[in-house]
Amino acid sequence: MSRKLTMIQAITEAMDQMLAQDPRVMLLGEDIGINGGVFRATEGLVEKYGPERVVDTPLAEAGIIGSAIGLAMNGMIPVVEIQFLAFIYPGFEQIVSHAARMRYRTRGQFEVPMVIRTPYGAGIRGPELHSESVETYFAHTPGLKVVAPSNPYDAKGLLIAAMEDRDPVLFLEPTKLYRAFKEDVPEEIYRVPLGKAKVVSEGDDVTIFAWGAMLREAMQAAKKIEEEQGWKCEVVDLRTLYPLDRDTILSSVKKTGRAIIVHEAHRTAGLGAEIVSLINDEALIYLKAPVKRVTGFDIPVPQFSVEDAYLPTVERVQRGIVETLSF
Amino acid sequence: MMVYSENQRKSFDETTISADMYQVLSEQGDLLSSLDGKIDDSLMLHMYEKMLLVRLFDRKSVNLQRQGRMGTYAPFEGQEASQVGSALALSPGDWMFPTYRDHAAAIVHGQDLYRIFLYWMGHVEGSICPEGKRIMPPCVPIATQMVHAVGTAWASKRKGEKTASIAYFGDGATSEGDFHEALNFAGVFKTPTIFFCQNNGYAISVPFEKQSASKTIAQRAAAYDIPGIRVDGNDIFAVYLMVKEAVERGLRGEGPTLIEAITFRYGAHTTADDPKKYRDQETLSQEWREKRDPLARLQKLLQKRGIWNEKLEEQWLAQMNEQIDLHLEKAERYPKADPVGMFEHVYAEMPWNIREQQEECRSFFKKDVKIS
Repeated sequence: MSRKLTMIQAITEAMDQMLAQDPRVMLLGEDIGINGGVFRATEGLVEKYGPERVVDTPLAEAGIIGSAIGLAMNGMIPVVEIQFLAFIYPGFEQIVSHAARMRYRTRGQFEVPMVIRTPYGAGIRGPELHSESVETYFAHTPGLKVVAPSNPYDAKGLLIAAMEDRDPVLFLEPTKLYRAFKEDVPEEIYRVPLGKAKVVSEGDDVTIFAWGAMLREAMQAAKKIEEEQGWKCEVVDLRTLYPLDRDTILSSVKKTGRAIIVHEAHRTAGLGAEIVSLINDEALIYLKAPVKRVTGFDIPVPQFSVEDAYLPTVERVQRGIVETLSF
Repeated sequence: MMVYSENQRKSFDETTISADMYQVLSEQGDLLSSLDGKIDDSLMLHMYEKMLLVRLFDRKSVNLQRQGRMGTYAPFEGQEASQVGSALALSPGDWMFPTYRDHAAAIVHGQDLYRIFLYWMGHVEGSICPEGKRIMPPCVPIATQMVHAVGTAWASKRKGEKTASIAYFGDGATSEGDFHEALNFAGVFKTPTIFFCQNNGYAISVPFEKQSASKTIAQRAAAYDIPGIRVDGNDIFAVYLMVKEAVERGLRGEGPTLIEAITFRYGAHTTADDPKKYRDQETLSQEWREKRDPLARLQKLLQKRGIWNEKLEEQWLAQMNEQIDLHLEKAERYPKADPVGMFEHVYAEMPWNIREQQEECRSFFKKDVKIS
């Protein structure tokens, strides 16, 4: 059975069902108890599972992430909520120097199976530092996995898979999509495997790679291009940003011979560069045009009066496709 | 040339040292209070033997570094009572989070000597602890391990296990944000965590009075409404008893304890450091050795009680040197590091990129490969 749920409902349901099923699961974060989290992702959970398992912590990201590392090492499955991605920085050292390295340093003797959930991305008219998209900091860190769903179905399945994973996972939730639309989400527990991209729509002329909130821009641009120019775009949702699904990326590019990457993160050293490099390494001779990047600009994510100009828009993606196809 | 300021010279003067400090064994080797029912002769001897062993280990390590047989090493000589006393107060299953200077604590809690040699010899296997033990790899960043010790203790409490967690750190760590976050979290969630600070007066070169305007570290506990205790860190009885009490308090569900152990490192911060640059090294270390050495004062007591003599000491030294040499031999005979092995254990399952890079690396170590 499935019902129509928003992404935030799907995320809540994933945590709810995992809390019910596995006594090791604990939620930790600021305002996640009675308040249900600033985006209400944990609404109703403290009432169901109690304040010992759905824990309102002091306001301290290093403390939350660091103590979650200890909890995970000693047999719990902590799921941490950081209110916004840019607020994770006080806990950055805990993530990159400890969570990501504990397995390595102890040669597998101790592991840190934890999930850090955090809303990310622009487009919600947020205040400063509420709209960042800095996945690349984390995708650069060996030992971490980085996931970014673009729809309610994947959000639930990926979050459950992340909670069952034995390595620390950064789970990036596109703020803009929390309540943007509903879609069918099965009632039962299911997994969307980490490390697997998805071909969302098939085409032969050009591949568009996107993730998170940018999926919608990619899809709309693809639709318009087909209507206006008659070109068929293949759209690939990466879903997991580390490790990348190389096979899906390469097989699509080998088929279409053209690719553009859409991300709202800054361009320089953004994940797009990694995908370009991957294509360069393994599919260069299939290319009919240079791989294009349509991204956020190399400036701080600006205040919201101009955030629409910062973000890749359908129009910018369209222009990128036209440039690639008319190269 | 100014080697150290007047202020730095005064660091750790007599008043700072003795302010509200719990002491059981005086510098002259006399008991200031009765130990009946708490520490008997055999435990006293055990404490002395352990301190002797780790001191020999430490000196050996410094020498090995000097001979080029080991990498940079962080010595702890002078801090034996703090580390051995605290570790002896633990139960075998307790979680230990040492820093890079706390090998003595790790050894007493069950870490193998050869592993510690391996760690400083740069082996990736240097941080593995014996099966069933919870001795974490030495924490390299400052104060970050303190929050982990909150987490492990919290999990123990949730699981209903009678297990405590101890975090080791120095005086410099108390300036870090994670120090505050750890104490605050532990206070809020009443975790059985022991925050064990070895205040040796210097964070590398910076003396404590430049580190903080607080007179003591123990007083910080008041802000979190948790017990804060100042002990003579060179008095193994004081350390042992206070840590034991803190563990018991934690396991009774009464939450964490902050312990400040006043001690001194005789040597350099690491073998790459020259303490003469920032303190009157000779005078200070001589003063501490003569007045407050943790082994010497226990030895005096043991002698007074008729359970120590030079012959016994010589026997111990011979046995311990042999033991250390065996472990050193094991470490030096340890199979040469296989570079391909460094790719293991990044993830539970190796992703494709690491697997391919491992192959790439392997190809450079095959003798028959020619680079054309």
